Amino acid sequence: MNFKRITILILSMIFIAFADFPQGDVLIKKMDEVMTSNTQKMTSKMIINTNRNSRTIITRSYTQGQDSTFTEYLAPPREEGIKMLKLGDHLWTYDPDADRTISISGHMLRQSVNGSDLSYEDMMSDEKVNEDYTATVIAQEVIFERECWVLELNAITSNIAYPKRKLWIDKERYLPLRAEYFAKSGKLLKRMEIRDLMFIDGRWYPKEMHYKDVLNKKSLGTSIIIEKIEFDIIIPNYMFTKAALKR
Amino acid sequence: MFKFLLKGLFRDPSRSRFPVIIVAVGIFLFVFLQAFMMGAIQDMINITAKMESGHFKIMTRAYEELSSVIPNDLAMMNVDEMLEELREEYPDLIWTPRIRFGGLIDIPDENDETRVQAPVTGLGLDLLSPGSIELDNFNFSDPSVLKGRMPKESNEILLSAQFAEQAGVQIGDQATLVGSTMYGSMTIHNFKVCGLVEFGISAMDKGALIVDIEGARQALDMENCAGEILGFYEDMNYSDRNEETEQMRDAFNEKYSDVNDEFSPIILNFMDQNGMRSLMQTMDVAIYGMLFLFMLVMFIVLWNSGLLNGIRRYSEVGLRLAIGEEKNHLIRTMLLESLVIGFVGSLIGTLFGLAISWYFQVYGIDVSYALDSSSIMFANVFRAKITGQTLYIGFIPGLLATFLGTLMASRGIRKRQTAQLFKELEV
Repeated sequence: MNFKRITILILSMIFIAFADFPQGDVLIKKMDEVMTSNTQKMTSKMIINTNRNSRTIITRSYTQGQDSTFTEYLAPPREEGIKMLKLGDHLWTYDPDADRTISISGHMLRQSVNGSDLSYEDMMSDEKVNEDYTATVIAQEVIFERECWVLELNAITSNIAYPKRKLWIDKERYLPLRAEYFAKSGKLLKRMEIRDLMFIDGRWYPKEMHYKDVLNKKSLGTSIIIEKIEFDIIIPNYMFTKAALKR
Repeated sequence: MFKFLLKGLFRDPSRSRFPVIIVAVGIFLFVFLQAFMMGAIQDMINITAKMESGHFKIMTRAYEELSSVIPNDLAMMNVDEMLEELREEYPDLIWTPRIRFGGLIDIPDENDETRVQAPVTGLGLDLLSPGSIELDNFNFSDPSVLKGRMPKESNEILLSAQFAEQAGVQIGDQATLVGSTMYGSMTIHNFKVCGLVEFGISAMDKGALIVDIEGARQALDMENCAGEILGFYEDMNYSDRNEETEQMRDAFNEKYSDVNDEFSPIILNFMDQNGMRSLMQTMDVAIYGMLFLFMLVMFIVLWNSGLLNGIRRYSEVGLRLAIGEEKNHLIRTMLLESLVIGFVGSLIGTLFGLAISWYFQVYGIDVSYALDSSSIMFANVFRAKITGQTLYIGFIPGLLATFLGTLMASRGIRKRQTAQLFKELEV
């Protein structure tokens, strides 16, 4: 009799505790709406900090949907003029000094981009999280003085860099203020935090993101600072062709 | 007494001929094998030192910790100044910088699109400085090693011949290196293939690229940097200098290395690298194991020969006992005889062993026919090496085995009862 009462009590508590939690899939869909746009032109600064030095790389990128991105390096001088093109699952890079276009594939996709905490695979991952993961809200927490839902994400496709993720989504602005990326074994691989925000075109958008490759002991983290961003602008289609790399 | 025994041995050759032949043949094989193993070890030391470790290697502490993954982001900076200081402080050594790197080699087609792409192991060496030691280290002057010519400019490379053949690369073709700079950025750098090299080491023949260090620095954004600085003795002889190198290593690290600064330099001697210390210890154990085995075999053979000799000399021993010679004295004389036999056999075996070892030290054995490659950079000729140890090591099993064999065989003498002697002797 007592066992029955205790079970009912525990189940009731669990029900009450989770009763107010929204559906995880709905939350990540809203997050995707905030974070993505049809097209986007962005100038950003990548600051790579290691225990030996700090480097800044400036790039300008054009994005169309989820599959097409064209990036041009503006600084430092050694990198200036390098271009990268992502079309679906393919990635090419063009070096003006060598005058060669090289396809990046296989194990090279797992290598760091410019010695940063991001890999080419990270850069290639689709931005719409709700198409690749199922999400469950597991808690609510306050981080950076903002109320957040804590979500646990499990991949529904096998061809994905991080089979598990954990997100802290701002309850009001639906921005992922913190994200943790895990291997299939559950080992933490990377962490991302949004350190600064900007209000642009009627939405809150990350201004500064900080990435940390947890496995790279020599890295002190990489910051990406968005200097300028424009949404839903017209980008000519030729920009997303291999011919554009040599222009 | 000794003179008396010698006379006995010479006047009755049947007493000594067989044991001397056994000892001489055994010691001959043993001495030759020891010299051959020493030659193989010496070759291995030279090859490893020249290609990989130097007699000394300087790196940053952080690079040394992760050296298996070639962490060029942790490489040494201001290398020219460092080399100047090293050459001033250690003038007896030849110092040379190296950069190891990995990446992909991409061979373009006529439209500059990727035709072939394969992983390569790169090595940036000082190839263009006049009198650089690296030309000797890699044996580039041997025409069977190098097809084509040495790089004359920093953007020219040597590729492994096997890789070039598989990729269809010809001398004069362009090859693009896709790799990472010292700062982690992707680098795409064009080189021109000016020569093909047959290393004779399968790991390198699968895909290796050799470039002048300045070319590597340009490609990897490593101006005035190097992953490693190697130090070599001018005579390329490390074998007898282990203690000296340890003292130098300790003094250098005491002066320049700081455990709290991961970018401070650290020096390793040859034995500190690639598990060389344990390998050399294993080699020592192998030599002593071989010594023991030879001794055991000879001991058994000579024990048997002693027994046969005992049977043949049964009457003589019986007579000597019958006329009052003490058993212990009799055994002592037989042991002394055996030592003389052992010494003579060891001397003959050592002399013949030294002679054949000297021949193979000078001329070697060409084993290139047994290998896939027709031109091998190293170790295509196996050579013996006569050391101080070779001169005396044969006497240890030679003397001990004859002594122990005779000792075991002489047990029979102790068992014989004087009362039965006359009956046995039929007198």
